[in-house]
Amino acid sequence: MAALRLQNLRKSFGGLPAISDVSLEVAPGERRLIIGPNGAGKTTLFNLVTGDLPRDAGNVILFEEDVTRLAPHHRVHRGLARTYQIITLFPKDTLEHNIALSLLGLSKLRWNAFRSFDADLYVEARAVLARVGLEHLAKRGIAEVAYGDKRRVEIAMALAQKPRVLLLDEPLAGLSREERATVKQLIAAIPREVTVVMIEHDMDTALDMAERITVLHYGRVIVEGTRAEVVADPKTREVYLGH
Amino acid sequence: MKLAALACLLVAFPLVGGEFYVNLASQIFIFAIFAASINLLLGYGGLATLGHASYLGVAAYTSALLGLKLGLGHWIAAPAALLGTTLMACLFGLIALRATGLGFLMLTLALSQVLWGTAYRWVALTDGDNGLRGLSRPFHLDDAASFYYFALAATAASLWLMARFVGSPFGAALRGTRDQPRRMSALGHNVWLIRWVSFVYAGFWGAVSGLLFVYYHKYIHPISLSLTNSAEGLLAVIAGGSGTLGGPVVGAAIVMLLKNYVSAYIERWNTLLGLVFVLIVVFMPEGVVPGVKRLWLRFASRT
Repeated sequence: MAALRLQNLRKSFGGLPAISDVSLEVAPGERRLIIGPNGAGKTTLFNLVTGDLPRDAGNVILFEEDVTRLAPHHRVHRGLARTYQIITLFPKDTLEHNIALSLLGLSKLRWNAFRSFDADLYVEARAVLARVGLEHLAKRGIAEVAYGDKRRVEIAMALAQKPRVLLLDEPLAGLSREERATVKQLIAAIPREVTVVMIEHDMDTALDMAERITVLHYGRVIVEGTRAEVVADPKTREVYLGH
Repeated sequence: MKLAALACLLVAFPLVGGEFYVNLASQIFIFAIFAASINLLLGYGGLATLGHASYLGVAAYTSALLGLKLGLGHWIAAPAALLGTTLMACLFGLIALRATGLGFLMLTLALSQVLWGTAYRWVALTDGDNGLRGLSRPFHLDDAASFYYFALAATAASLWLMARFVGSPFGAALRGTRDQPRRMSALGHNVWLIRWVSFVYAGFWGAVSGLLFVYYHKYIHPISLSLTNSAEGLLAVIAGGSGTLGGPVVGAAIVMLLKNYVSAYIERWNTLLGLVFVLIVVFMPEGVVPGVKRLWLRFASRT
């Protein structure tokens, strides 16, 4: 059984194909890396998986359930979580409130309009922040914390959802060397029962973390395999490594 | 403590204030409910509406027509008007929430213009430009003070229930859809449904203000459904401070004082309203309530 299976996924913008017949299969617990040059369609592929963008053709199958026609929030309730390349947090709120909104998304409590916002949610949110080493900043506003901390909040929000499949869109983008090391540790500590699919530009870092790699180019899968296979493939060298 | 002092002041007001001022306060209360219901959408949901007078007007007309044409008492007419208007909000929400931003604004405006035009043109039902007269208040609240207390109690209950709503988990989710709708969806929240439920809830409170409006005036005219009425409500929210609980109340007081009090002395009160609004936006772009709070904090930190 595959954790995530994409079948002949296609998406065009104004006649320009962004994703062309992409099929791939990610096993449960796998660490899959998606690489490719700018404009290869990596983030578009994530958006098709989450349902943020409607696909033109093809199917998205999550743990053998076809979720292609489900709205993004329904896919989340089936165990799909994601982070964004461009940090997408709630800037007016505290770190703990950001996490609490994430916890609320999967709780029946979210429809309760007549009781006070549950303090228990903040307790749970602080526990999630502790997992990413940010508990001491729980009451700070998002605008008051460093960029690297925001990246960690992004990941913490996704982890708070207890996902079965986690999509990480360039989780190391824009980070300093020290921050990268912290976030890498954080990703490495994600429990094995969570399947991780990650887009990453930094080849050295990404190759460390991935088990299998998919190379996208102009919206097509051109190479797929283990680290050694992908690095050795001349097509990878041609389109991505530039030699 | 502050709230208890304010409550004492409000309860004591009819004992010291003249009839004109007591009536003016009642009108401020009614308009405060109307503005607070717009604030649910604008301030907490990020949805600017120019059609909220629809709910005020339709509830007022429904109650008036059920009394006049069918001879029904307030006990039946009031719940029927609230129910009917809320059902209309359910339907209008389905249409208006097909868009957000400017699209939503234009759809709410278009829907309200349809109702406004109907009230003007369907003379057989609404008596058109003459409006419906000969209406009564419930519980024989015909003197200024007793209606004041009725409006005060209704306003306190309405504002309390709206405050509960925005302070609830659902309210937190609504604010989330205002700030990051895409992220909310990625967190498992049904953004459209959250907005629709809030739209209907805001419509219900618009209807409550409409009932109080028709009880106060004992008369209803198509102008209650007009764009001007919706815009004044929106203006009150922005002037007072959207996304705050006190903002719409203060904004409602500003608009009603200018409209009903200053207009007795200045013929061009609309110009003054515009000027006041410009000054507020220039000096306190976040609205009077958050603006005064900001200035106070700055003053307190200096002393």
